[in-house]
Amino acid sequence: MIPIYTRRRIVNAINLIFSVLAMGFGLFWLFWILFTLFNKGLGGMSVALFTQMTPAPDDTGGLLNAIAGSLMMVTVATLIGTPIGIMAGTYLAEFGQRGWLAPATRFINDILLSAPSIVIGLFIYTVYVAKVGHFSGWAGALALSLIVIPVVVRTTEDMLRLVPDSLREAAAALGAPQWKVVTLVTWRASRAGMLTGILLAVARISGETAPLLFTALNNQFWSADMNRPLANLPVVIFQFAMSPYEYWQELAWSGALLITLSVLGLNIAARLCLRKH
Amino acid sequence: MSKVHSAAKLKRQLLFDRVFRKTTWLFTLIVFTLLAALIGSLIIGSMPAIKTFGFDFLLNAEWNPVTEQFGALVPITGTLITSIIALSIGIPISFGIALFLTELSPPWLRRTLGTAIELLAGIPSIIYGMWGLFVFAPLFAETLQPWLQDTLGHVPGIGLLFEGAFMGIGILTAGIILAIMVIPFIAAVMRDVFEIVPPMLKESTYALGATTWEVIWYVVLPYTRTGVVGGIMLGFGRALGETMAVTFVIGNAHQLHASLFMPGNSIASALANEFTEADGELYTSALIELGLILFLITFIVLACSKVLLMQLKKREGSTS
Repeated sequence: MIPIYTRRRIVNAINLIFSVLAMGFGLFWLFWILFTLFNKGLGGMSVALFTQMTPAPDDTGGLLNAIAGSLMMVTVATLIGTPIGIMAGTYLAEFGQRGWLAPATRFINDILLSAPSIVIGLFIYTVYVAKVGHFSGWAGALALSLIVIPVVVRTTEDMLRLVPDSLREAAAALGAPQWKVVTLVTWRASRAGMLTGILLAVARISGETAPLLFTALNNQFWSADMNRPLANLPVVIFQFAMSPYEYWQELAWSGALLITLSVLGLNIAARLCLRKH
Repeated sequence: MSKVHSAAKLKRQLLFDRVFRKTTWLFTLIVFTLLAALIGSLIIGSMPAIKTFGFDFLLNAEWNPVTEQFGALVPITGTLITSIIALSIGIPISFGIALFLTELSPPWLRRTLGTAIELLAGIPSIIYGMWGLFVFAPLFAETLQPWLQDTLGHVPGIGLLFEGAFMGIGILTAGIILAIMVIPFIAAVMRDVFEIVPPMLKESTYALGATTWEVIWYVVLPYTRTGVVGGIMLGFGRALGETMAVTFVIGNAHQLHASLFMPGNSIASALANEFTEADGELYTSALIELGLILFLITFIVLACSKVLLMQLKKREGSTS
């Protein structure tokens, strides 16, 4: 019979050791995945990757059209999503004390924030692609902007709430009208935080694949026409990785490394931006 | 003269104020309308399937595009089972990580490790999928699967779960990949809620002679219970809707098996694989209904998580 005191210490030790192991377990996957990416993707990193089009199965090439398509869609999505997100977030933080709209929107925004992205693709398909009759870069950008909006709304509201009320009151006491208080004082005070939100949103949509599958689809050739199917990095990675051709798979790994590095880079930039603030 | 001038100026500013307020209100209304439109469009899109199959859609295991017989039982069970596997692996690990980050880690390491775990959440899901298919699955088939069959496979009852050939891909693999993906989400929420426990509560318990584990188990966990459950629900919601990672490794077979080694299908991966190739109104509509079901399941889970997390916040407000 172990004395109760010793038993408590043993239980404590076992659980704490488990906790350390759990931490190691989490880091283990991170490093394993990153290692795999560098191991398999670094070999394909070359100038051709950025200057040539996606190849036919028996040809060589790069990912230029996919990279360009992704950049275009991410830019458009950010340009659509950010103003809507910032305005709505401003309403929630500054004017939403009364009325039904603010609490309801806050709830819905949180649902949208974690809604399955494939359902968002489905939504854009039914309301846009099915009506227009063809897949297009615009549809992809719209789907991505629906992912941007909730992220920006959430961070904008959170960041504006961090601005002390005395700052607003001071500005109001000087006779500034409300719109000037918001645009020139509170927005300016929480600029870094709002930028963080936008960066996080961009990071999130850069790697999104599911909503693009049936909105932007893919395009094997160079195209800058947003009104037609548009090549994009995630879907190209998906198709090439699932293909039986070795060269396509290599390209997919290079693309995967590229996308992961940019997403992680954006994440880290967002963090630094917030820390400086 | 100047009085009149400033009165006009004031009026103009008041007008600007109204316009600005109304504009932000309008944009908020847009965000609000989006969700209504999302649900509405999914319901309209799935109407043909709902009319044809009715309630049987949920219970029918057949999925045959040629004879136009569609039932959602296989994808629904696949989605639920993979998510449950993910949670049963993910919850203890996330708890350990949160415990480590809040109680054990030296302060200088805390931020770095926390960031590292959050970066795990930032990796795009398609990367998990590729990695799962090309790196994890072959290894899994060679080592872990035979081992599981040799040990757990002989236990009566649950032995059924580990029957079959070692293919590497399948329901269990999808569940494990999902577990890796939800760990950072659950761990981050758990860490955040553990941090709001008033230090005085913990210190009092330490002063009574409790061990670290006892402080966690009897003080921190009861105090943050609703928050922890909320975090778990959040992870559950993620796992349910995850598409790309699952599509790579689940095997995409519309079959119902007792064994977790066999390929299956989830709602999200069925959509990803079949939607662009679906021809015929009924096929498309059945797939949209699948999306609707997925959305409703995640909606319920996320709403529960939000209510629970809000309760914790309320209590935090009342005690401090």
